[in-house]
Amino acid sequence: MAVGVSEKRVDAFDKVTGRAKYTDDLADKSALIVKIFRSSVAHGLVKSIDTSEAEKIPGVVKIVTCFDVPDRPIPTAGHPWSLDLGHQDIADRLLLNRHVRYYGDDVAAVIAQNEIAATRAVRAIKAEYEEYPFVLDPLEAMKDGAPQLHEKFGNNILAHTSYEDGNYEEAIKEPGLLRFEKWYDTPTVQHCHIENHICYAWEEAGKVNVVSSTQIPHIVRRVVGQALGIEWGKVRIVKPYIGGGFGNKQDALYEPLCAYLSTKVGGRLVKYDMTREETFACTRVRHAIRYHITTHVRPDGTFVAGRLEAFSNQGAYASHGHGIVAKGAGAYRQLYCYRGACKGDAYTIYTNTAASGAMRAYGIPQITFALESHVDDIAKALGMEPVALRRLNMMEVGYVDPFSKNENYFDSFNQCMEKGMAYLDYEKKRKEYANQTGPVRRGVGMAIFWYNTAVWPISLESSSCRMVLNQDGSIQLQLAETEIGQGADTVFAQMASETLSIPFENVHVISSQDTDITPFGTGAYASRQTYMGGFSIKQTALLLKSRLLAYAQNVTRMPVSSLDLVDGHIVNVNSGRALLSLKDLALEAFYNTDRSEHITAESTYQAKSNAYSFGCTFAEVEVDIPLCKVKILNIVNVHDCGMLINPALAEAQVHGGMSMSIGYGMSEQLLYDPKTGRPLNDNLLDYKLSTTMDHPHLEAQFVENYEPTSAYGTKALGEPPATSPAAALRNAILHATGVALDAAPMNPHRLFARFREEGLV
Amino acid sequence: MYDMKALYEAKSVPDAISLLQEHPGARILAGGSDVLVQLREGKLAGLEFVSIFKLDELRGVSLEQDGTMRILPLTSFSHVARDPIVNRCVRVLAEAVDKVGGPQVRNIGTIGGNICNGVTSADSASTLVAYDAVVEVTGPEGVRQLPISEWYVGAGKVALRPAELLTAILIKKESYEGYAGFYIKYAMRNAMDIATLGCSVNVKLSGDKKTVADARVAYGVAGPVPMRAKSAEEAARGKPVSEETVEAAAQAALADVNPRTSWRATKEFRLHLVEELARRALKEAINRAGGEI
Repeated sequence: MAVGVSEKRVDAFDKVTGRAKYTDDLADKSALIVKIFRSSVAHGLVKSIDTSEAEKIPGVVKIVTCFDVPDRPIPTAGHPWSLDLGHQDIADRLLLNRHVRYYGDDVAAVIAQNEIAATRAVRAIKAEYEEYPFVLDPLEAMKDGAPQLHEKFGNNILAHTSYEDGNYEEAIKEPGLLRFEKWYDTPTVQHCHIENHICYAWEEAGKVNVVSSTQIPHIVRRVVGQALGIEWGKVRIVKPYIGGGFGNKQDALYEPLCAYLSTKVGGRLVKYDMTREETFACTRVRHAIRYHITTHVRPDGTFVAGRLEAFSNQGAYASHGHGIVAKGAGAYRQLYCYRGACKGDAYTIYTNTAASGAMRAYGIPQITFALESHVDDIAKALGMEPVALRRLNMMEVGYVDPFSKNENYFDSFNQCMEKGMAYLDYEKKRKEYANQTGPVRRGVGMAIFWYNTAVWPISLESSSCRMVLNQDGSIQLQLAETEIGQGADTVFAQMASETLSIPFENVHVISSQDTDITPFGTGAYASRQTYMGGFSIKQTALLLKSRLLAYAQNVTRMPVSSLDLVDGHIVNVNSGRALLSLKDLALEAFYNTDRSEHITAESTYQAKSNAYSFGCTFAEVEVDIPLCKVKILNIVNVHDCGMLINPALAEAQVHGGMSMSIGYGMSEQLLYDPKTGRPLNDNLLDYKLSTTMDHPHLEAQFVENYEPTSAYGTKALGEPPATSPAAALRNAILHATGVALDAAPMNPHRLFARFREEGLV
Repeated sequence: MYDMKALYEAKSVPDAISLLQEHPGARILAGGSDVLVQLREGKLAGLEFVSIFKLDELRGVSLEQDGTMRILPLTSFSHVARDPIVNRCVRVLAEAVDKVGGPQVRNIGTIGGNICNGVTSADSASTLVAYDAVVEVTGPEGVRQLPISEWYVGAGKVALRPAELLTAILIKKESYEGYAGFYIKYAMRNAMDIATLGCSVNVKLSGDKKTVADARVAYGVAGPVPMRAKSAEEAARGKPVSEETVEAAAQAALADVNPRTSWRATKEFRLHLVEELARRALKEAINRAGGEI
């Protein structure tokens, strides 16, 4: 059995010994170096650029400016292409922009023989701007008369969607309802993957070739083709190992520009390696979303009507756009059951800040912070236990999503909460910490979430897999689903090993994707790898197996119906006897002078299903009120992500997500100067990513309910761990101090302001 | 790749001084944990540098005959933190430098560099200020010593003259003997951070441990340079060891500081911390000195 076992990562030894090659390791040292001249205004029009001094600097090869690039807007979002015009991503930026829309926008690119010459040239470029007023806040940006970022989007509204289940106005007329209403704010944060975005490009064999640190090679191929106005087959993207992405690299970032620049220097190799500051300020960030939530509740705690208004800060360019806030609005609608009505309005609004894009859990960390804070506020006001209030209202077992057809098959929420409560000794501590006084107080809190698996039916879901037999009976396994540090290659190998019944070590995963060679697939996002990869691996493995058995029929003179592949051997199912090893079969197939065949299999599986992933966080904190500091004493995430393919990797995935959410809740926020629009803390010192010293032990637990739609019983785990910890911590602080914090991060600055309001300091 | 015009490696202290004389405008490079960061940011791009990093004669900690502790400037934070003399005489300095950044920075960064860059947030600075450290510099005119109170002349500026080099940090016996101290680094996270406010306190108690014979209170980030809080010290000096004394001193500290609002913290929050950290550091220092509150 290869599935359900904590096999060692297939890339473990290469990664720890430094043999694993990343983009910069692969780039030839002759590469020309690209540096970008960026706007020093938050909004304006470039009137002129003076590159004369820069061009005199020794080593400078070429400078390309916003006046040189084609007027061909690019859709950067890493979504599958849609044949439906109305569903295609918004194209709203050029390779370099004359109309600059955020501080740091791409204005010109220097190509030089080395980094120093390129950096000096960037410093020597002078640009004149016609400065426009700028706006940083989405609610301000929606107002009449606010600075306009894009012509086609009045009041800067990229999109507004709404829904109404039942009749909200009627539902709230029910006599005796209590009304709870509040605003909740979530911050702009950045992915902070270890490896900054980097790519290099050159022309060869009539193609533009790009090696890139990306999660989505096949999508980037399409976007580069669109950006350069060339056929997609003339673009080749290679994705080596990458140092994390978390959704930032689920966008075409600088691959189109890098490819374009290569074509401007005769196809020579050009490399663009971003700085950390540029990664913060000029790639993508998580949408900061402001929520206004109103809930009408019966005195017994029953939710009758819910109303959500969400305002999502898109930043300067569309990237993934409205999908993020819309996904959160969808989660709001289903996490709790409103007996009367549920109404939602979601807006996505352009502002003069970094473009917001995909980031781990795509809108769900935001809504979970807001909604799960709100539910605890209601519980406190009603004098109810937070768990009891949730049990009364949460998504019911048997609920079916009318759109995706997802079904809540099991009692996952209760199963998860039971484990979380037991780990924390939650109920005892709820009582124990109820009436504390003094400067240092403890509290416990919790939060729940649900999450989709993959993107059907919003977008295409397909995965293609190739298996190629070797002479020794081992196979190469190839998928377009990418290894981005999460361990995808390892679980793919486990699944192939399981279905083929060959040893785990006999599955050789080709980790790198090359769009000229790798079968088509859309890449790593939406917690789709294990679920989607599972379908195509199982289907392809069964296809390969049928071909192996068909060939074995010739060798063994037994009918296929009497044969099976067990533990790397062709077995007679009637006698149970092993007839020959797969290695011997492979040698026959390769070298038989009468009947040679290279046995391979390749297939595509298009999924038309999705799956609910569930879970919760329970947390215990100690709040030092005079110091305005929170110490996390205990924290546990419990997930029902279906069956675990590799328990150790699943646990590691949960640890990473919890860490990310601890930072989201407690310390991280990208700040902008209100006077200039300049990012203030675009580095890892001033942006307070939490360190290991800020974490307690991170406990990951699981409930394993076999997901009926899935090839191996799995469902989403990549992103869900990053959704609920922040809200659980917030609710624990509420329990400890009685003070509700309605904005993240709950850093000492915010705690001081709130404690002062409440008279605690 | 660093944009240096030239890098000169000094072979001795006199060689470093003559290199600095030959190349006016050259910057001194020690551990590099500040300079290389600034170079990367473009602030020092294209300049000349004199590296003193290989001068082992500037490493180590010793006690002079009169009990003066001599800390040589290239001693890394890690070495200061583990040095037996430092731990015996000025334990709080060992603890303070162990709060700098993370292990890698502490292994490469030097205590001399920490005070030569002149920043108010330097973790060693407030403790050195609290202990009335003496700074020894060597230049073309020879060796001179100055009290640390005259060392900091403004934000990021210290009293080094052209071609001068910090060659020792001294703490006199009367400054440390009988004193116990405590340093609180208040930062937004527990590692890899710069202080929002730092407070270093040391006290000497009377023989019966009932009276505060002397108290010294110093802050980092409460102003443009590390500073002493004289009002707080006066409020504690000669007073009984008690909650009231601690409280009075903590509140008096507010008269000594004038922090400003920036995006890093509001003035109100900084003032709140000035008081709270003084309270906590004083209590801990008194406890360490054998007093009971």
